[in-house]
Parts: sequence; structure tokens; C-alpha cells
Amino acid sequence: MVSGITRDWLLSDSPASRSQAAWGRRYRLWLQFRRHGLAMAGLCVIVFVVVVSALAPVLATQNPGAQDLAARLAPPSAAHWLGTDELGRDLFSRLVYGGRITLGMVLAVVVLVAPFGLAVGCVAGYAGGIADKVLMRVTDIFLAFPRLVLALAFVAAMKPGVESAVFAIALTAWPPYARLARAETLTFRNTDFVAAVRLTGASASRIVLRHIAPLCLSSLIVRVTLDMSSIVLTAAGLGFLGMGAQPPSPEWGAMIASARRFLLDEWWVPTIPGLAIFVVSLAFNLLGDGLRDVLDPKQS
Amino acid sequence: MLVEIKNLSIRFPTPQGESEAVRGVSLSLGQEKLGIVGESGSGKSLTARSILKLLPGNARISADRLAFDGTDVLAASEADMRAIRGRRAGLILQDPKYALNPVMTAGSQIAEAWRAHRPANARAGRKEAAEAAVDLLAQVQIRDPDRVAGAYPHELSGGMGQRVMIAMMLAPSPDLLIADEPTSALDATVQAEILRLVEDLVSSRGMGLILISHDLPLVSHVCDRVAVMYAGQVVEELPAHDLRHARHGYTRGLLECLPSLIHPQKRLQVLNRDPAWLDPIGARG
Amino acid sequence: MRASVRALAGAVVTVPITLLGLALVTFLIGRVMPIDPVLAILGDRAPEEVIARTRIEMGLDRPLPIQFFRYITQLMHGDLGNSVMTSHPVTEDIAHFFPATIELATTAMLIAMLIGIPLGVFAAVRQGSRLDNVVRVFCLTGQSVPVFVLAMLSLLVFYARLGWAPGTGRADVVFQDMVPENTGLLTVDSMIAGDWDSFRDALAHLAQPAGVLAWFSIAYIARMTRAFMLDALSGEYIITARAKGLSAARIIWRHAFGNIAVRLVTVLALTYAGLLEGAVITETVFSWPGLGQYLTVSLLNADMNAVLGATLVVGLVYVVLNLLADMIYRMLDPRVR
Repeated sequence: MVSGITRDWLLSDSPASRSQAAWGRRYRLWLQFRRHGLAMAGLCVIVFVVVVSALAPVLATQNPGAQDLAARLAPPSAAHWLGTDELGRDLFSRLVYGGRITLGMVLAVVVLVAPFGLAVGCVAGYAGGIADKVLMRVTDIFLAFPRLVLALAFVAAMKPGVESAVFAIALTAWPPYARLARAETLTFRNTDFVAAVRLTGASASRIVLRHIAPLCLSSLIVRVTLDMSSIVLTAAGLGFLGMGAQPPSPEWGAMIASARRFLLDEWWVPTIPGLAIFVVSLAFNLLGDGLRDVLDPKQS
Repeated sequence: MLVEIKNLSIRFPTPQGESEAVRGVSLSLGQEKLGIVGESGSGKSLTARSILKLLPGNARISADRLAFDGTDVLAASEADMRAIRGRRAGLILQDPKYALNPVMTAGSQIAEAWRAHRPANARAGRKEAAEAAVDLLAQVQIRDPDRVAGAYPHELSGGMGQRVMIAMMLAPSPDLLIADEPTSALDATVQAEILRLVEDLVSSRGMGLILISHDLPLVSHVCDRVAVMYAGQVVEELPAHDLRHARHGYTRGLLECLPSLIHPQKRLQVLNRDPAWLDPIGARG
Repeated sequence: MRASVRALAGAVVTVPITLLGLALVTFLIGRVMPIDPVLAILGDRAPEEVIARTRIEMGLDRPLPIQFFRYITQLMHGDLGNSVMTSHPVTEDIAHFFPATIELATTAMLIAMLIGIPLGVFAAVRQGSRLDNVVRVFCLTGQSVPVFVLAMLSLLVFYARLGWAPGTGRADVVFQDMVPENTGLLTVDSMIAGDWDSFRDALAHLAQPAGVLAWFSIAYIARMTRAFMLDALSGEYIITARAKGLSAARIIWRHAFGNIAVRLVTVLALTYAGLLEGAVITETVFSWPGLGQYLTVSLLNADMNAVLGATLVVGLVYVVLNLLADMIYRMLDPRVR
């Protein structure tokens, strides 16, 4: 089986099975995507960050919580590759562990938000009428708050921490997905192929789940990737304002907040986690931009 | 000679290499009415627009000679071309719905064309230009020129929009009018009126006309000469009144496809394409 | 004009519903919080019966719909409750702090417009050129920088190292409370007072946070302008304009830009709203005494009335801005008029 998967098999003009056709299509998209230098760079950075975060216990040179007050605010050296923070903790190790928190938050938010937004949008778009009006009005209300401000209010009402931050970001992040899925659904709802499926007696839920939702996926993927960058920024922002991950945790935003006082003299202490946030956020943006060109050409 | 085209070639880069949209076209035009007929993609529009150097940015153009009234268009700078565009030659596009700027009134678009080409010592004011616009609207036989001058394109019917377009292109009194399928987007009843208007204006002003269309009989009605294009080449050029004597298979095929009320046929003829029509024509003869 | 009247009538229905929704959201946030509002006011040393009495006085024993009705009635009277931290009514606090934020956001907006729009236009006109690529990368970079990191680096470079910018805050100590307050905008007030030293000082303090805040919006405005311009430049009417022999400048600005100007208004409204959000973090870093700093300080003190009041006001501004953009769109675009 494995030996059967060759370039020719993938690029065959006359696929023998549905799965061959599907994989062929994916391979062609990949070939198209591979030409985007910047997007590939973004993908590489993200893969790198994911691997480093997964291997954090192996890669970290020290325990990220271990304090060494004698060596506080040390500049980069052989012992501490990126120097130490105000409690003498190794910045490199903290950075590596911090990647886990940031990626974990991004993943959690996306897992919560994307299916929910997709469901709300598809239902509103397909059902139409009152259901559509009510759902879209609710969406508009959530869209009427700036994201960070609403997230702050939510976190303040709960208890500051990673879980609350994820929940708050998720609550403020779903409306654009619902909007997008609804718009896509509306374009498919009255097409002939949906009418044909309906004529064969398919139920509304089957039409939405099996025929409409899969078609919304490609634009949703693009949106999710671009959104991941802003989730990274919002999560870091919450951490910076003391409303996200709490201080001993090596979350990048929180690290910057606690090292802020040393900006003028030991500038690298707050700058290094800042750079990490920037790089990850930029990588998601580059990746999303490239994906948009490939998956959603009419949007670019 | 108003327009001279010799061995014009227009190519576009594609992922599979260059594709040649116009292949060695030669045409010339004096103060006469030339029709260019062909199906979509035959290169008729590109050929006409190359005279004004109004081709898509990625087009690659070459020719032994491409001249407008003695000016070498290929060598001309953008500033030289601006002196020709509008002032010496106007271009009427297919659908006024898209070809007119949607956020400017008809009057201001005409006035703009009128003012753009005033000689430097006769700069005209806004009011004068607005009056000229209304006057031009009257010349294209619009009954209520004052109202139309203040209207936005979406408030005008297709026929009205095309009259505005014509008025705009006539404003600087050019010597040549290129009409690129000027009636294809219009209702059948309006088509005849617009064509008659174009014909009258061109004749009374002594202008040259290039009329591009896919409608062979219609073109032969208006024009003196007809050039038939197929797959980027001029396959046949003949006097308009002589269509019956067309020799090329494509032209004949086109004529035979037309339904006729005088000689009704049970089944309509279809065009059988001969692959040989795609071969380069080479030296004419 | 009839269509815009109909749109106005539509807004009269939908805007209050949206506002009611906003109030419901803040109300619910206020109720789900684990911090007891009574304890927040009285402190946890208060005797049992005082707490019980206050709870009844505040109407917290009533069913939620009735509490919500009371909340709405209070909002209608402009009553957002008292801030525990400042012990002033939240409405007064907001009125005091908001002008500083408006001054900051508006300046940032002007900077972002003046840079972002030409950048987007030129990138679109030279699509695929080096300039275009630089703008594209700049836009992506601009969108990826955390505001607080940019703010801190700016302080480090321009204040600490180069000494070009004054430090944090809105004015130097010597100039504090020197000019009478008219508009609450320090630059405008000092101009009204004719106190030019104060004006220069206020402007110098404003420049850095406004520049930082603008950065993010420059990217957004440039990106949207570029996309709109590419769309407009591919229009048939651009060929018409070229066939008329018009100059490139006239084609770009009068014909292409003229077509997108109205759509840009919506983008600008969204940008301004986004700036209010960015102001929360920028103000914190620059100790700018605006609504954003008020919000974060209240957050850290669990001063829920103040937090929810500020949130509601920001939401309200958002809604009003969107409504305004929509109205301007309908008034200026002949196609929907």
C-alpha cells in the first residue's frame, strides 16, 4: 500500500478511487502552497515551536521554576543561554515551557470556537427566518464589544487564570466564525446540488452536516489560522494585564509583565518573551496568508 | 493612413509558457469604417486596443509596425499616448453599466473628458465644461440633457448609458472612434438606434471608425470594410457589400449558420470547424 | 434619499436591541462573578445582618429578570453605580477619564490614516513590485506585534536611549493642571488657553503613545486600502478613464480612490473602535490617565461596577461608530442612496 503512494499515483488524471482523488487534490494544493516562500517560512516556524514545546522537558536546560537569587538578571551566557529573570530563573527554559502554555491556549480556544461558530452559522444560514434573525442578533451583540475589553470583563468576573482566559477569549472569538459560516451556507443553500440531495429525501441535519458544513471548511481553516495570531496576542495581552496566566507560570505575557520594571537596564529580560510572541504571531499570519491564496482565492 | 498595423503579435505568459492571443495581424485604416468580426477570444478586441496601448499589464506586444497617424505607438511614451487617447482616438466599451464610473455623474464624466484635452492657453472653467457636457448630451440625441447630466450611471438605462459614453468620447473631437461591441449589452430595439447614432456622428464629423462585433450582418450594414478574425489571425478581409463572395470557410460557415425567414430551413446549420483554420496564414495571398 | 430614511428607521429598531443585548451581557457578567457585590462594598468583616440588609437594599434577593429591569432603569438614568476604588459614581469617573482616551485614539487615527491610506494606494498601483511586497510584509508584521512589547521598546529606544521623547504620563509635573479644562483634550485646552509651552509639552507626551497605538492600525488600513484599490483598479471604468487620456494621478485618485473612499469610511470606523481596545494596553504602559488605564486598575482591584461601566461605554461607542459609518456610507454612495 505504502509503495503505491507515488507522485504519479497522486497526480493521476483518472483516479481509481475516491480516496485517490481526494489525496490527489490535497497534494496539488500542497504543491501550490509550497511555492509561497513566506507561508512556508511561517509553517516551518510553527512546526519548530510545536516540536520545541512538546520536547520542553528534554530541551530545557534547567527547571523553569528554579530560583537562583545570586544569579538574578544575568545577561546571556553559556550557563543561561538567554540570561535569567528577576528571580534568577533561566529565561531559555521558561521560554520553552511558555510555548506550551501559549500553544495550549490557542488550541483550546480553536477547539472550542470553530465547531461552535460553524454550527451556529450553518444553522442560521440554512434555517433562515426567525432562527437566523435571533442568532445573528446575538452574534452582533458579541461583535459590538472590542474583543480584549470583553475578555477582560469576563476574566475579571471569574478568577484570573489560564482556564478563564481561554474561556473568555473563546466567548469573544466565535462570532466572526458564525458570520462566515452563515455567509457560505447562504451561497450553497439554494444551489442545485443541495436541491438534488433534498429531493432524495435527505433530512435537514444530514444536508447541513454532510453537504454544507464540509464546504465551509476551507474558508474556515483560513480564518482559524489568521485568527490564531490574534488569539496569541490576546492571550499574551491578558497575561500582561495580570488577567491571564498568573506570575509563577512562564507564560510569555506574564513574564513580560513581571520583568517590565527592568526594561531600562536589563532590557533583554522583557524583550525576549516579547520577541517570542511576535515570532509565533507572525508565523500564524504568514501561514494564514498563504493558505488563503491556496484555499480561498477569491478572498485574497 | 490613420492606423497602420503590420504583423502584430500579442502574447500572454501562462504557467504552461506563452500563449499567443494575436498572431501576425496586419490591418490599415483611413477615414473609413472598418468592422472587425470574430468570436470571443479571437483577438479582435486586443488588436483594436493595442492602437491605444490599452492592453492588460502582462501583455507582451510586438509588431513590424503599429502606428496611429504616423506616430509609432510601440515607441511612444505614456505621455505621448495620453495625447492620443481621447484627444485623437476614443474608445467605446461594451457595457456602460461597468464602463462608466459609478460614483460620478454622467455630466461630470463628460466634462472631465472635455476639459482634459483643452489646449493649455484655453483652460476652461467648471461651468463652461458643464455646459459643454449638456450640449454634447443633446448631440447624442438625449431629450432631457440637463437631467441626464446630473444623473449617476445606475440611474440610466443601458441605451442612455451608451449615449453618455459616446458623448464622452466625442467631447475632445477625435479623428478615430473604436467601438468595442458597443451594442452587445443592449436590448435589440436599442441596438439599432445606437448604431445609427454612431454611424451618423462618424459620417458627419468625418471620423474613422473601427467597429468590433461578433455580429457579421450588423457590421456589414454599418461598415465599408470587414475583417474576419479567427484564433488570433485575420482570415479574410473584404468589402462589406461583398460578403456573399466570402471565400474563407469560417466566414462562409458563419453566414450559413444564420436562420433566414425567406428561406426557412428545417434544421439550423452548425459551424464545422476545420483545424486547418488554425494554421499560420503567413504571407497573404 | 428615501433609502437612507428607511435605513435610519431600521437602525432605530436594531440599535436599541443591540444596546439592550450589551446591557444584558454586562449584567450577566456582573451576576456570574464569584466576587459577592455586597462583600465587595462592605468588606468581609461586616456583621451578618448588615450584609443581609444591604443585599435586600441592592435588590439582590429579587429574581434575575426584575434585577435586570432595575439595572436597565438605572442605565437609562445614566447610573452605572459607584466605583469602590474612587468612591465616585462610575459615570463621573468615565466622563473624567474618557477625553484622554479620545485624544490619544484620535491622534493615533490621524497618523494611521495619513500613512496607511497612501501606503495601500501605492502598493495596489504597483502590484507585485518591491514596494508592494514591502508593504505586504510590513502589514503582516504590524499585525503580529503585541502592542505592549512595541510600547516598551519604544520607551526604551526613544525615551531612555535617545532621549527624544518625554517619559510616561500626559504632561510633565510642572505643566500638570496648569490650563483650565474645557474639552478635556489637553492639547486643545492648552491651545484655547494660549499656553504654548503647555501645548508643546502635551503634544510631546502624546506623540509616542499615539505613534505606538497607530502602528497596528496603519497595517490594517493599508491592507484594506490595498485590497479595495486592487478591486477598483480592475474595473472597466478605469479603462474608460485611461481611454479618455487622463493623467495617472487623476485615474488613481479621482476614479479608483473616489470609488473606494466610501467603503474606507467603514474601515476607519472599525479602526477607531479597535484603537479604543489597543488604548487599554497602551495607556497601561504609558501611564496615560484614560479609560483604558481606569479599566485595568479597576480590574486589578476587582471593582466590578467600574469594569462593567467602562466595558459598556466602550461597547456603546463601538455601536455608535458602526451606525455612523453605515449612515455616512448611505449618504455618500450614490448607488445605495
